[in-house]
Amino acid sequence: MNYRMLSQGLAGACLVLGTLGAGSAQADATTDEIARYREMIADGNPSELFALQGEELWKQKRGPRNASLEQCDLGLGPGVVKGASARLPRYFKDTGRVQDLETRLMTCMETLQGIDPKTIINAAWGKGEREKMQAIVAYVVTESHGEKIDIDMKPPQMKKMYELGKMTFYYRGGPMDFSCATCHGDKDKRIRLQDLPDLRTQAGAAAGWGSWPAYRVSNGQFWTMQHRLNDCFRQQRFPEPIYGSDVTIALSVYMAATGNGGTVMTPGIKR
Amino acid sequence: MANPMKIRAAAKDGVTEVKVLMSHEMETGQRKDSSGNLVPAHFITELTATWNGKTVLDAQFGPAVSKNPYLAFKFKGGAKGDKVVVTWKDNKGDSRTDEAAIA
Amino acid sequence: MIKQRREVLKTGGGLGVLGLLAAAGVIKPELALAAWNEGAFKAGTLEKSLAALGAGKPATSGDISINAPDIAENGAVVPIGVSTTLPKVESISILIEKNPDALAATFKLPEGTEANVQTRCKMGQTSNVYALVKADGKFLMAMKEVKVTLGGCGG
Ligand code: HEC
Repeated sequence: MNYRMLSQGLAGACLVLGTLGAGSAQADATTDEIARYREMIADGNPSELFALQGEELWKQKRGPRNASLEQCDLGLGPGVVKGASARLPRYFKDTGRVQDLETRLMTCMETLQGIDPKTIINAAWGKGEREKMQAIVAYVVTESHGEKIDIDMKPPQMKKMYELGKMTFYYRGGPMDFSCATCHGDKDKRIRLQDLPDLRTQAGAAAGWGSWPAYRVSNGQFWTMQHRLNDCFRQQRFPEPIYGSDVTIALSVYMAATGNGGTVMTPGIKR
Repeated sequence: MANPMKIRAAAKDGVTEVKVLMSHEMETGQRKDSSGNLVPAHFITELTATWNGKTVLDAQFGPAVSKNPYLAFKFKGGAKGDKVVVTWKDNKGDSRTDEAAIA
Repeated sequence: MIKQRREVLKTGGGLGVLGLLAAAGVIKPELALAAWNEGAFKAGTLEKSLAALGAGKPATSGDISINAPDIAENGAVVPIGVSTTLPKVESISILIEKNPDALAATFKLPEGTEANVQTRCKMGQTSNVYALVKADGKFLMAMKEVKVTLGGCGG
């Protein structure tokens, strides 16, 4: 709790420092060493442990209907996991909605297993059904590692979500008058040692979008994209978005579509 | 109950490389929870790895080993399909054994 | 099986009993892990930890290398590898000077296992990292400084 408040207070100050520091030779040497550090920990990403549990959960008969998720259609047909998350979010005819991985999984858990989405939406991170969701996500995104980000922007519903996402990305507000673009809309912006990708560009969006969900070294947790976004709302001093709400999906559509053609690096490993 | 380990073993040029990821909190006993209480120490203390029943590594950990520990080592020998078995035990007496076939 | 072991641990108060049981074939050998060296892991300072390991004041060796980054982005996970070309290596230990208890991990290497291990450790702050190697009955060591940047920003 204290740490959280402290880090909130620091973020603004660090942003300024980081921007000033960027570009100096020393900062570059540091960046190189940090890159080496990241490379060293990338082999043996503990997200594999979560993926292992997720795969078990995928195959396990669970819920009031005592069914597995093996018939879940993530967009490439029932049961196809390989490459599925590289093509999400997408428009689904059966639900009439644009869904990201997590909301699509909620649909499968509800229709196949009879698990009430509320048990996920209202759970805390790392608890109950949401914890299980996190593990399943780890499994699914591992199966798209190395694929190309391939978002189908033809359906008009996708275009609408893209526009909503873009608007949200630039929407300023809160006590600091921040928007996503404040932190993610510049070249070479950095908070302390975190290089913040410019999510408006193809390369930046591919790097940022393409490396989440990820294992977080600092707390040993596996974070889904919903979790990543939730935390950025916090950094923006915005109220917490509802899990799986349209605004979170719209932001994902905006980032994923901007990063189209980039490489999926999930599951990532982050500080 | 402890969650499974992820074990990878691969033989190349007469040497088998083993990489293990363990699912464990590795609590130091020095961290406080949100209500200010010390979280009791809980960490893996001992680990052994065997290949075809022969010990190939004996390790001891302190709480300074990272959460979800990673370990990599190499031994001479090992053929495709041979079994590598890893067992750990923690300071609360829990233990876990998993195995993998050498690829 | 596991339950019984725990009982044994409690009542027998030591792994001597476990070892005996293993020898007698009562428990599977892979469960009879070596006794945890509590004295060394709770010794505190680098000096005391080395003493507890029976290493005294080991000489520095250029044949031991530490594979760790110069800077770790996060002290919660610092990759540390130790390898050596010294012959007849019996054990490798990793010690972190500024940690509350310096000893982080020790590895016993049976014949046939290469003197090359990698793991990941927690570091509370920037510190010297020591690799202690026992080879042919003698202790030798190497040192490398690892800087830790604890990301205070961005949660
Ligand atoms: C106050 C600054 C700030 C704001 C505002 C902010 N973020 Fe972030 N964001 C960060 C920081 C810092 C990180 C790096 C996180 C970390 O390592 O903890 C990050 C990481 C990310 C990442 C992952 C990037 C990567 O390369 O790992 C994405 C995607 C992202 N943010 C999206 C958003 C979106 C969408 C919004 C608006 C809802 C937003 N952020 C608002 C500071 C911010």
